[in-house]
Amino acid sequence: MAIQLQDVPYLEEIGNIHKVFHPDSLNKNSHTLAEREKLHNKIIPSLEEAVRLTGLKSGMTISFHHHFRNGDYIVNMVVDKLAEMGFRDLVLAASSLSDCHAPLIKHIQNGVIRRIETSGLRGELAREISHGLMEVPVVFRSHGGRAYAIETGELPIDVAFLGAPSCDPYGNANGYSRDVEGGIMCGSMGYAKCDAQYANKTIILNNHIVSYPNAPFGIPESDVDYIVKVPEIGDPAGIMSGATRFTKNPKELLIAQTAANVIEASGHFQDGFSIQMGSGGASLAVARFLREKMLRDQITASFALGGITGSIVDLYEEGLIQKILDVQSFDLRAAESLKNNRFHQQISASCYASPSSEGTAVNQLDIVVLSALEIDCDFNVNVLTGSDGVIRGAIGGHPDTAYGASVAIVVCPLTRGRIPCVVRQVNTVVTPGKVVDVVVTDQGVAVNPRRKNLCRRIQEAGIPVYTIEELQKKAEAIVGIPDPIEYTDKVVGIVTYRDGSMIDLIRQVCD
Amino acid sequence: MRQLRRTMLFVPGNQPGMIKDAGIYDQDSIMFDLEDSVSVLEKDAARFLVYQALCSIDYGSKELVVRVNDPTTKCGIDDLEAIVRTQKAIIRLPKTENAQDVLVCQQEVERIEAENGIPAGSTKMMAAIESAAGVLNAKEIACSSKRLVGIALGAEDYVTDLKTRRSPDGIELLFGRSMILLAARAAGIDAIDTVYSDINNEEGFRQEVELIHQLGFDGKSIINPRQIKTVHEVYTPSQKDIQKALDIVDAIEEAHRKGSGVIALNGKMIDKPVVARAQRTLDLARAVGVLREGGEI
Repeated sequence: MAIQLQDVPYLEEIGNIHKVFHPDSLNKNSHTLAEREKLHNKIIPSLEEAVRLTGLKSGMTISFHHHFRNGDYIVNMVVDKLAEMGFRDLVLAASSLSDCHAPLIKHIQNGVIRRIETSGLRGELAREISHGLMEVPVVFRSHGGRAYAIETGELPIDVAFLGAPSCDPYGNANGYSRDVEGGIMCGSMGYAKCDAQYANKTIILNNHIVSYPNAPFGIPESDVDYIVKVPEIGDPAGIMSGATRFTKNPKELLIAQTAANVIEASGHFQDGFSIQMGSGGASLAVARFLREKMLRDQITASFALGGITGSIVDLYEEGLIQKILDVQSFDLRAAESLKNNRFHQQISASCYASPSSEGTAVNQLDIVVLSALEIDCDFNVNVLTGSDGVIRGAIGGHPDTAYGASVAIVVCPLTRGRIPCVVRQVNTVVTPGKVVDVVVTDQGVAVNPRRKNLCRRIQEAGIPVYTIEELQKKAEAIVGIPDPIEYTDKVVGIVTYRDGSMIDLIRQVCD
Repeated sequence: MRQLRRTMLFVPGNQPGMIKDAGIYDQDSIMFDLEDSVSVLEKDAARFLVYQALCSIDYGSKELVVRVNDPTTKCGIDDLEAIVRTQKAIIRLPKTENAQDVLVCQQEVERIEAENGIPAGSTKMMAAIESAAGVLNAKEIACSSKRLVGIALGAEDYVTDLKTRRSPDGIELLFGRSMILLAARAAGIDAIDTVYSDINNEEGFRQEVELIHQLGFDGKSIINPRQIKTVHEVYTPSQKDIQKALDIVDAIEEAHRKGSGVIALNGKMIDKPVVARAQRTLDLARAVGVLREGGEI
């Protein structure tokens, strides 16, 4: 007997059921899987058509990820197309931008891009912006801060343009492919996952469409609207190389050895500890020195987080690290491990570092080893602007991990050439000194006075501890006092803390 | 406490980045080079740089040495004029062939000391022997000046002079090394071995350090801070050696109290040379910090 709506009690209260099923609405598909993949899919013949389908309008926000680093072709390709299609005043929200994005300069000048949100800027684009290229300041967000802004709607994304090394016809996408050996790999798609999830429309740009299902996937088809096949998504050499080279620089090795000694003395070097290490020369080398201590004391880490490199994978494969949480794979060895190792898990930027959840991975860190361009007498860290005031770096996960980890260790040389790295006051505050615990330089260690017990433990291990002021004076004695940087009043960058509050401003440098 | 010279790190005098950071490692001595690692075009700049570094950078307790150019040339004299005035560094003489070479340099150093009100004799010297003639004259070189604190072998020039090349086991250097060592011991000064250039061959380097340690050298010239650890490991007395030395010294003190000159320990005779060796082991252990006063290892 046919169901009559009026016969169902309380339907008004239930509210979300308005109609009665009718079999005429069904068109069962009897094609083979191969036929279905060809006939019914999300693949759009051209980028232009896909853009039209998204409903993108001038003034809207477009987003990109930076998993292709300096080998990325997607940003330039898409913005060129949008310029050609006549879009203007777009907000470009990338998880980060590199040297290869210099062509954006012309699109800023011609009005296609009005505003930029990013973790960092480098090269020509960074220099131009520091010299006042843009009318509206660039907003810099940490990886966790960006995820948080996307989740909360502070940074609403209209259309996400996401390059993916592999994708099936329905949008299951990943940073590698199980179907073929080699090809372009970027490993984890951690930053892109948030964009795909929260963007109003998501387009996957891809040169390698694989058959369904592209499992395992980083981005699920449910988060993808359209797929566009393009000839190339990036330059493999710029995306990643074999394994991040292990430093032979004796100064970096000295810093790394000292940092490993500090970790051992910190009270957190216990079985089951957790750690994140950066990809810089010294922080990478910490892994090697820590390995010796872990083998000696039969200590294993419960997980390593990050930015994953081959050094971390080596420790995992040796059984010294039980699990890897990977928001971004730094080298080919890391990407291959993500593909092949069972407990190497891809995570999103939200899982990694968003302050929206207590459970976020950075909050479970015992130790993080971070680098710095400058650190000052209040332990504030700058990873964004150089000694000439020009933007030349990225916030990355610096403030996220420094806050989350129980012991945040910053490694940096006391001086780089004639430039002091321990200074009275940093050019740009990125990570507040309150959450930075230890500074390890080639000329000595300083511990934040807030961490008295930590300081005592480090001293008891026989590591000489200086005050940060003593280190600053040592640097000054070697390289002298630099002339102050000359800025104009114009604000070219707003540095946000992870919760979206403003922590510092970057001003235009004088020519 | 005796001056340790286990590791003498070569630092090219024209590399400001390396000069500024030369003190951050735990080598015993830093040797700034104004000679072979600096091209003719950069001699003046390097001299100026090293002079300023010596005057302004705090290298802590490390011994500082400067290898100057041939003191019979204007460039060498200019080097001496600059470096002696700092009163911070030992002058290392290159390519020393005979006692006269040392005396020529000494004369210049004396003059500069006198002209600048620097206490006479306060500038110390080292001599590098880098030729067949130099090796044959090693004893007269080592005994030529009270300013000399050590002599060193410079193997690259030496093997070229011998018409051979360096081999992994260093057989071609055995005579030269032995001559230099004996000369140094006869003069009561230190003997420093030559550099090992293949930085990435850690095993070969360790073997060479073990060889020169066994021969009796006080230390080795090194060209990369990564070599420091190996040398110090070889030159640091083992806990077993230290314990044995402590036992010997205790036993001999006990014997002295009882009025006996020669005693036995664990069935072996303990006499003067054995005690002297034990004492040297303990002195070295204290100097490198593996033995505290009061005998705590």
